[in-house]
Amino acid sequence: MSAPTQATRYEAVIGLEVHVELATRTKMFCGCAIDFGGEPNTRTCPVCLGQPGSLPVANRAAVESAIRLGLALGCDIAPWSEFHRKNYFYPDMPKNYQISQYDVPICAHGFLDVTVDGDTRRIGITRVHMEEDTGKSTHVGTSGRIHGADHSLIDYNRAGIPLLEVVSEPDVRSAEQARAYLAELRAIVRTLGISDARLEEGSMRCDANVSLRPAGRGVYGTRVEVKNMNSLRSLAHAIDYEIARQTDLLTAGEEVAQETRHWDEAAGATSTLRAKEEVFDYRYFPEPDLVPIEPDAAWIGQLRADLPELPATTRQRLAEQHGLAPDTVATLVEADLVPLLEAAVRAGAGAGEAANWLTNEVTGWALGHGVAPADAPLDGHQLAELVALVRGGTLSNKLARQVLEDVLAGGGSPADVVRERGLEQISDTDELAAVVDLAIAENAEAAEQVRAGNDKAIGALVGAVMRATKGKANPRLVNGLLRQRLG
Amino acid sequence: MTALVAQSAGELTGLLEAGDVSAEEVVRAHLDRIDATDGTVRAYLRRLDDAALAHARDIDRRRRAGERVGALAGVPVALKDNLATKGVETTCASKILEHYRPPYDATVVARLRAGDAVVVGKTNMDEFAMGASTENSAFARTTNPWDTGRVPGGSSGGSAATVAACQVPVALGSDTGGSVRQPGSFCGVVGVKPTYGLVSRYGLLAFASSLDQIGPLARTVTDAARVLQAIAGPDPYDATALPEPPPDLLARLEDGVEGLRVGVVKEYQSEGKDDTVRARVREAIQRLEKLGAQTREISVPHATYGVAAYYLIAPSEASSNLSRYDGVRYGLRVPGATTERMMAATREAGFGPEVKRRIMIGTYALSAGYYDAYYAQAQRVRTLIIRDFEAAYEHCDVLVGPTSPSTAFAFGENLADPLSMYLQDIYTNTANLAGIPALSLPVGLDDAGLPVGLQIMAPMRGEATMLRAARALEADLALDPVPRGPHAVEAP
Repeated sequence: MSAPTQATRYEAVIGLEVHVELATRTKMFCGCAIDFGGEPNTRTCPVCLGQPGSLPVANRAAVESAIRLGLALGCDIAPWSEFHRKNYFYPDMPKNYQISQYDVPICAHGFLDVTVDGDTRRIGITRVHMEEDTGKSTHVGTSGRIHGADHSLIDYNRAGIPLLEVVSEPDVRSAEQARAYLAELRAIVRTLGISDARLEEGSMRCDANVSLRPAGRGVYGTRVEVKNMNSLRSLAHAIDYEIARQTDLLTAGEEVAQETRHWDEAAGATSTLRAKEEVFDYRYFPEPDLVPIEPDAAWIGQLRADLPELPATTRQRLAEQHGLAPDTVATLVEADLVPLLEAAVRAGAGAGEAANWLTNEVTGWALGHGVAPADAPLDGHQLAELVALVRGGTLSNKLARQVLEDVLAGGGSPADVVRERGLEQISDTDELAAVVDLAIAENAEAAEQVRAGNDKAIGALVGAVMRATKGKANPRLVNGLLRQRLG
Repeated sequence: MTALVAQSAGELTGLLEAGDVSAEEVVRAHLDRIDATDGTVRAYLRRLDDAALAHARDIDRRRRAGERVGALAGVPVALKDNLATKGVETTCASKILEHYRPPYDATVVARLRAGDAVVVGKTNMDEFAMGASTENSAFARTTNPWDTGRVPGGSSGGSAATVAACQVPVALGSDTGGSVRQPGSFCGVVGVKPTYGLVSRYGLLAFASSLDQIGPLARTVTDAARVLQAIAGPDPYDATALPEPPPDLLARLEDGVEGLRVGVVKEYQSEGKDDTVRARVREAIQRLEKLGAQTREISVPHATYGVAAYYLIAPSEASSNLSRYDGVRYGLRVPGATTERMMAATREAGFGPEVKRRIMIGTYALSAGYYDAYYAQAQRVRTLIIRDFEAAYEHCDVLVGPTSPSTAFAFGENLADPLSMYLQDIYTNTANLAGIPALSLPVGLDDAGLPVGLQIMAPMRGEATMLRAARALEADLALDPVPRGPHAVEAP
């Protein structure tokens, strides 16, 4: 390879490793309950504490989750796979080895299609394997990190929670593709219901392997692993930062060091966490305390048949059935709002109108209240009713937004809110005629201008009617009545 | 009447059921025997007199009230100190676990308790079951009741010695490469290594997970069979436990060996071995023939590679199994400036030299670049040994040979040279590598008056046949199991 020149353009080569914490009832290898928020070390037993003599027994539900994700990603499901021990000393790992999978993972050779700006790219999935989570250390001292801590406390409630590790091929070429990949994987995991997959809370975690090479070349550059991205946004930022950092190094004729780097969200930068010399020899060997996993074809067939509709299919169907725009569909799928949309459509709402409310108002409300859009307290019937009230002329869009606010605040159905707050649009011509006549009388000057042909002056009269009716007058009728009288 | 402590568990059960003796009397007699002899034998790391007497009194109360009592009610039993006992120190004879109290009972302990066997104490062993003489204990030197100047064998030396010394009728040990059978042979008692998976390992502090099995030591074959029956069977807490219900080990125990096909393993008759051991083994085989068995020589060609494969696989698994002893959660903690230094200092101070040696061998064998040449190669040899045995069992119902190349040796005799100690396993570790059941049966004494053991091996889940052959030979030999001799512990 010739020395890079200033003219060299670089291409990013990115592979992603995603850990998904499974929402099984019990841990990977013991019967301890998985529920968060318990006092430290209360969700533990001899097995997940690594007490001498205890033995692991694989959780069938976790194996099932792994197979289902593998099927959703188009993977081959291994008819025979086994667990290995990954040996290294770390205080939050009770046995000083992690039970994981090594040369024969349960799922391999899948793919995920991601679309960025209308371009679809197929990202290979190398493997999906099962492993157990570690405990959590808290370092007590001024620094808050292990160096300089007075002492450390360990909570083993998380130790032994089942994880799936999804490893992609180095097929990702940009931060946006990486973001789209992670968003799509998250949507699939949620659709399968195997994890709540929250990046912010660590139930889904993503590491990125980033390297650069001269554009179009087949060789790979030196790889840097970046950790600690806690949102889709920070994943994209971290990768963009890393691409820029490596580009600067290479452009300056320097070398990229093979290392693990830590993304600091506040600083907006990565810094060295572990150099290559500190890479462990994990001394993997087959876990002798467990038996191989040998799912029979009937079981796999049943799990395949029982798979729910996956996000890509849902998007295609929504576009075809309802003529929704790709962006709208993508937003609905990513925000997990499809079930609500379809419930509203079943209850009689037009898909376009319902989608509009969901992607704008409901999503905005959720953002403001710090909840997931899908968790907004709104059902399909309520949304359909809202759409119908607007379409029937009972509510203006502006009033409808107020009604939605009340519905989301627990005020009952849209019709209830309208009734209780007296928000019906006034569409009674006789009632409106009296108000219109009063407005003409009180704004004689404006009325004269309209009569003289100045059409713009009608705005002042409409405004007067609206003020008098507290915004409830049907604007179309008001306009009609004014023109009738001043025409 | 023979002293209570010289009775078998079966005989004690008969006396207890007839009401001739109470469980409290039985247990007290054995505790008295331990008082009288354990200053010399030193089989115990921990005695549980109060708990044992309380359990015995409860059994007596239930029996009087007509309530249910277990199948082993009132039988005193000792446990090797690598079996987890809830709230009771379980140390593996290692300083790193000194004062460690498990929060749970091993499955075998729970099953013995459910059977109302009375646990009298925890027995000495080689540290983490690594050794063949019990000299690797961090806490005590157990002697051989037949000659207290000699080792009891190991690693289950405490359990073998306590049974031989009539301190208890039965005990549990664990066998990773011969650790029940070889001390059984040295102490003149029956020692059984079951089929891998017949007995749950849950609560057995692991040495080498793919080789470890818990097994009984007893003065009679029938007692060993009864205890094994009580502890065998599927366990949801052990994924490697066999899912099928265990075979009935007692129904055909007295049916003899007429027509039984007995293979004499060619590779286990090597030259240079102790002549009297060979003589006793040959005589035992002749007795089997006399009793109606058909004997033939059979080859297990890869058996000679057993020691090499074993001493890669067992240390590899051990290096990983023992990494949890780091001072963080339980056991010894030696302070250090950083977590890493604390862990290193704890392990440096807590493990003895043999344990460290094996951790280093295992760590090396699993390291990148060496794995294929060592661990993976050893696993291939293991597969060949399994196939050898499968082929042999097409022609034979059981295989026989000596348990150990020698009788009990003197203290210190093999300590300086680890390799000579490792060769104690030469005839026994193939059964662990293959997963098949094997036992050691006393078949006489050598010229020095020390017991000689015959090893009987069977195919997977072939315990019933194996025990039946042992029982026939035992009945025909009619040996006195109580140690006698100028250097023996005082007889009851």
